[in-house]
Amino acid sequence: MPKVKMPKNSPSLDMTPMVDLAFLLVTFFMLTTQFRPDEPVVVDSPSSISEKILPDKVMLVTIDSLGRVFFNLEGKELRKEMLGQMGAKYGVTFDEKETNRFALMTTFGMTVQQLKQYIPMDEMERKDFMKKSQGIPYDSLNNQLGDWIRFGRLAEAEKSGGAPVDKTKGLRFAIKGDANANYTAIKRVIEVFQEMKVNRFNLVTTLEQNPNI
Amino acid sequence: MAQIQSNEQDSGKGGKHGKVRAKKQSTHIDMTPMVDLAFLLLTFFMLTTTFGKPKTMEINMPVKDPTNQAKNEVNNALTFLLSGDDKVYWYYGELKPETKLTLTDYSPQGLRKLLLDRNKQAVDEIKTLRENALKNKMADTTLKRMEVDIKGKKYALMVLVKTDDKAKYKNVINVLDELNICLIGKYALVDLDMREYDLIKNFQP
Repeated sequence: MPKVKMPKNSPSLDMTPMVDLAFLLVTFFMLTTQFRPDEPVVVDSPSSISEKILPDKVMLVTIDSLGRVFFNLEGKELRKEMLGQMGAKYGVTFDEKETNRFALMTTFGMTVQQLKQYIPMDEMERKDFMKKSQGIPYDSLNNQLGDWIRFGRLAEAEKSGGAPVDKTKGLRFAIKGDANANYTAIKRVIEVFQEMKVNRFNLVTTLEQNPNI
Repeated sequence: MAQIQSNEQDSGKGGKHGKVRAKKQSTHIDMTPMVDLAFLLLTFFMLTTTFGKPKTMEINMPVKDPTNQAKNEVNNALTFLLSGDDKVYWYYGELKPETKLTLTDYSPQGLRKLLLDRNKQAVDEIKTLRENALKNKMADTTLKRMEVDIKGKKYALMVLVKTDDKAKYKNVINVLDELNICLIGKYALVDLDMREYDLIKNFQP
């Protein structure tokens, strides 16, 4: 009786292409990922159907549920320039070490005077400080927010050589408000922007499904 | 796990013949741990990158210019008054002494139905336009421009959004979002009138 021979198959298979692909994807994701910096305030944005993405170059004003205002503008050089101008106006001097540390920070929300104490703090101290902070003053008597905006724009204009800024590539202004913030606070922030002749805003929202009427 | 596998049989034969032979070594390496690691990293990065950039809603405020106080044409305007406790009142047309407020809510049956009814002509036109565009394979930019045209027409509804001091930010965003859903192109965020404030205060359903 002839024997039925099973073909001998090696149990191991060539994984090289799969591994190649896996590493390709790993590299891709590693290079494209941008880790979100730790934000000092938790803001629960309201939802909308808008699918526009927040532009890259953006001046972000955050308003939390208590109506406290925080400010952020990215870019090391811009931040250094802005801090220098702010310090000069409010009579607070920041040395080089403080300026460099400020350049690497993210969102902040306190008066310029308090900022001097805030800069040398470590993570834990900053968290505690933020809990007690009143935010950046933005009423008409002490409008520090307006000054941050003005000096931020000036720094940006200087960087781009004062040339007429392309609308799509220029600095954009975003407002990130908490869903439960009182609208009067947001209205006042918009007013501050309008005093600086900024009339176009991006309101940060989370995506919700379009009902497609 | 990761050692290089050597073939034991070969070395045995070599010993019998008394010849010194280099060990024949298999070129295969066990790649499993490496692959495990690769996929672990892959999953990690894939899951973390999904938290992408936040979405935004664009809004243009009118330029504040004291010399150019443009008169609002309120003959085809709906006014929303937003107040605390997620309450939203509305009235149509100009504010007259006999104007009565109506209470509505942010649900699809409330605000959206109202807006769609009032803006029916423009909504219908945009709908047919979209259907035609789909049939004729119209370019997206052309379609967008035509939609903006219709939204700016005289018969298209205009909406004024006014807030009192108790309204929340989410209320305003909710209304703006409904306006976008209902294809309304003409809207403005305006300050509350003293008379309107009284109307809200004395509101009786």
